[in-house]
Amino acid sequence: MARIEFNDVAHSYLRNPKKEADYAIKTISNCWDDGGSYALLGPSGCGKTTLLNIISGLVTPTKGRVLYNGVDVTALPPEKRNIAQVFQFPVLYDTMSVYDNLAFPLRNRHIENKEVDKRVQQVAEILDLTSFLQDRAAGLAADAKQKISLGRGLVRSDVAAILFDEPLTVIDPYLKWLLRRKLKEIHEQLKLTMIYVTHDQMEALTFAEKVVVMYEGEIVQTGTPEDLFENPEHRFVGYFIGSPGMNFLECRLDGNVAYVNGTGIKLETKTADAAQNARGKMELGIRPKYLEISSKPVENGLEAAVKNLEDLGSYKIVTVMLQNKILHAWLPEDSPVPSGKAWIIFPPQKTKLYADGRLVK
Amino acid sequence: MNKWENNRAWLLTVPVLILVAFSSIIPLMTVINYSVQDIMGEGQSLFVGTEMFKAVLREPRLHEALWRQFLFSALVLLIEMPLGVLLALAMPKKGWGVSFSLVVIALPLLIPWNTIGSIWIIFVRPDIGLFGHFINNVLGIPFDHTARPLDAWITLMFMEVWHWTPLVALLAYAGLRAIPEVYYQAAKIDGSSPWKTFWYIQLPKMRGVLTIALLLRFMDSFLIYAEPFVLTGGGPGNATTFLSIYLVKLALGQFDLGTAGAFSLIYFLIVEVLCFVFYQVLQNVGKGAKT
Repeated sequence: MARIEFNDVAHSYLRNPKKEADYAIKTISNCWDDGGSYALLGPSGCGKTTLLNIISGLVTPTKGRVLYNGVDVTALPPEKRNIAQVFQFPVLYDTMSVYDNLAFPLRNRHIENKEVDKRVQQVAEILDLTSFLQDRAAGLAADAKQKISLGRGLVRSDVAAILFDEPLTVIDPYLKWLLRRKLKEIHEQLKLTMIYVTHDQMEALTFAEKVVVMYEGEIVQTGTPEDLFENPEHRFVGYFIGSPGMNFLECRLDGNVAYVNGTGIKLETKTADAAQNARGKMELGIRPKYLEISSKPVENGLEAAVKNLEDLGSYKIVTVMLQNKILHAWLPEDSPVPSGKAWIIFPPQKTKLYADGRLVK
Repeated sequence: MNKWENNRAWLLTVPVLILVAFSSIIPLMTVINYSVQDIMGEGQSLFVGTEMFKAVLREPRLHEALWRQFLFSALVLLIEMPLGVLLALAMPKKGWGVSFSLVVIALPLLIPWNTIGSIWIIFVRPDIGLFGHFINNVLGIPFDHTARPLDAWITLMFMEVWHWTPLVALLAYAGLRAIPEVYYQAAKIDGSSPWKTFWYIQLPKMRGVLTIALLLRFMDSFLIYAEPFVLTGGGPGNATTFLSIYLVKLALGQFDLGTAGAFSLIYFLIVEVLCFVFYQVLQNVGKGAKT
């Protein structure tokens, strides 16, 4: 087990990267604590897998250093780093039995047969593979195959960290949920460092203690699921986490009032103060959950036109137009449903301000 | 789309039927026809039933040719398969070297078969051949493929390996390139040695192409004719008289069409059965059967 640190790591797949856009990973300094469980969340192509491969050593970064417990391992290949990695699609040694597949990483490290047997049986037990142990791996179904791949990652007890690269893509939803819980249990029992790459926010939020959100080769925010929901530090986090994502309105600031096409919205004083030094494109951001909506005129309520209503069972989502901008708002099940016109309120403590996509604070 | 019945559609298969009839069915029928008759001359033939088959199976020269043929094919496979895989492993994986090595390796495959024989006749001649002159006069080792059976075999094997290993190498290379990178990544993470990576990943993943290579090489080497015919003519003595050379001697040299027909059918059957066996064995190696 180890604490993994990135010191100004950047990576480009080009031989002579020149401009910033040539980099798949733009200068990242980050620290993964020993025994933590992390989810690496971001859209496809944002550099998650590259980052994971830099941790495991499959990719050597163009710049910067990777440290395990303070020791520089940047130049070491994966087999010398003592790390486990599970890939998106099952990787099997198809001529071997399931047992031999699970034992392979241990045998390659010359571990005693007795210990190998103990570990293999344990992992097989956890993953429900005991009854297949003597079968040839090639003949199994896709989810069993992926469980074997997972098993090869979990079988070594002394690894610095286990890295998962969207490991549950090929598994059907119910089993996915079971396996995710299993991984969480394993993490709680063994206190292994786990880093889990996914583009599915549900998966990230349920699996990990801390979620690292990546966007265009950068880490834009690291935090608990609650942090990411309450205080998105980047426009992208607001948009990516939550369904539907945060509402954004372009605005112009005057004192502690933000004007959206002439309509004034009051901000908290500390936000307005911080904004005095901010530069760039200003945007208001508010979660649909915090946008208060009423079917009758209310004090300080802004009049908006109701465009659409979506019933999602325990709540509804109302789409309204305010000054030609579309806004989404949550409507609890028992609230009166506005029709035609609605009055909305931006609670100042929940209304955020973003300058060039970054939170003003 | 609606389907409708129109039996005239069968007419579309006629071109293929004609083609297959002329290329396979009619010749095969002719051979079967010959094999059950003793043909003395034009218009003079006698139905003899299975007599020709019995005679052929009792013929000691045929037995010798058959064993010679098996030995030849076995040596060819034992040398060319591993060598082809080794070559494929050694070939570059990216950059200009890929196309360069592909072209260089494919060169022997582009040469007409009887030209290959001629090239090697000159190459091993003791007086003017590069190899023949070098080994006889510089190294002082007597070497003559026209007089000594072993030398004839060595020459033939060298020629065969030089000519056909590229095919195995190209197929193996295609198989190697098709293995997804993630397998190598997983092997690195699992701490696999290069030998284990070869044995547990590369070789099993090449099974398909290597099966094809094995079948092609077996069939071609078992039916070999042009190269030994040009190089040694079956000699010295009968040392390199393989089945096909013997068959041609029977059919055209002695005009023994009945015997030759029976022999052809037996020859055909041996190739067919062995290919089937090879194919089944190689397919089953990879099955998910319980071990």
